[in-house]
Amino acid sequence: MEFTEFAVAAFAVLGAGIAMLAGLGPGIGQGYAAGKGVEAVGRQPEARGSIITTMILGQAVAETTGIYAFVIAFILIGLANGVLG
Amino acid sequence: MEKALEGASVVFEIFGIPITETIVSTWIVMAVIIIGAYLITRNFNKLPSGAQNVAEALVEGINDFTVQTMGEKNRWFAAYAGTLIVFIFFANISGLFGLWPPTADTGTTIGLGVMTFFIIQYQGIKNKGIGTYLKNILLEPIPIIFAPMNIISELATPVSLAFRLFGNILAGVVVMGLIYSVVPVGIPIPLHIYFDLFAGLLQSFIFTMLTMVFVSMATETE
Repeated sequence: MEFTEFAVAAFAVLGAGIAMLAGLGPGIGQGYAAGKGVEAVGRQPEARGSIITTMILGQAVAETTGIYAFVIAFILIGLANGVLG
Repeated sequence: MEKALEGASVVFEIFGIPITETIVSTWIVMAVIIIGAYLITRNFNKLPSGAQNVAEALVEGINDFTVQTMGEKNRWFAAYAGTLIVFIFFANISGLFGLWPPTADTGTTIGLGVMTFFIIQYQGIKNKGIGTYLKNILLEPIPIIFAPMNIISELATPVSLAFRLFGNILAGVVVMGLIYSVVPVGIPIPLHIYFDLFAGLLQSFIFTMLTMVFVSMATETE
């Protein structure tokens, strides 16, 4: 195998790993939203339904960056697989 | 894992058009929904019993949910929202039955996203009038300079919707593939409940709800 091919594959996989560092952000964000949601339910138990709906909506939007990172990591692993044949 | 990397494989070809697993599973999902809907609604009675109870609860729930999210004037949207949530849910859980989930393919999710995009734009033009609609895009908040950003933010809506659904379901497929390659027996069963049933229901709910929120934002006339 050519060294350049090996390097491309190696750096693509490394890049996939680095891209997944973006998983930190949604984790913190969603956890924060869930914590605030619990606080809100504790304060107003009768509004539980709409609090959960709003919380999930916010979490879904916060998740977007993590999903983008996953898609990019996936493309990079696919690239490495393609190079290595 | 290899399967997930390759994506849906081609099953057969019709006149040179490749028919992938995605299309076949979509057909199966469509058949299940159509036949199920026909069988359940075939003989409705005044006094509901059995499957009729389930169908009525589903329709009522979707109607109430639409009105709650979008307001009474958007009750008509419940038809589209219901179709969307039922189709995406069945598509997401089709992985449980050994099919390739149609929503783990960008083709399906971008198709759904584009449909939502056109509904948003059509409702925006219809409710605000073409003048206000163009003014909002071209002249707000700074004339012309901000127009490219407004256009990009309009185009980002279907892309983010599509990739959110695609990424979540594909992540489920990849993780399940990894687990199956390590422990093929026993352990995957409870994880199927999370990755297929729970994530499938949650993601179909989120896609529908975000669609509703975007459409009701477009229909709002300030």
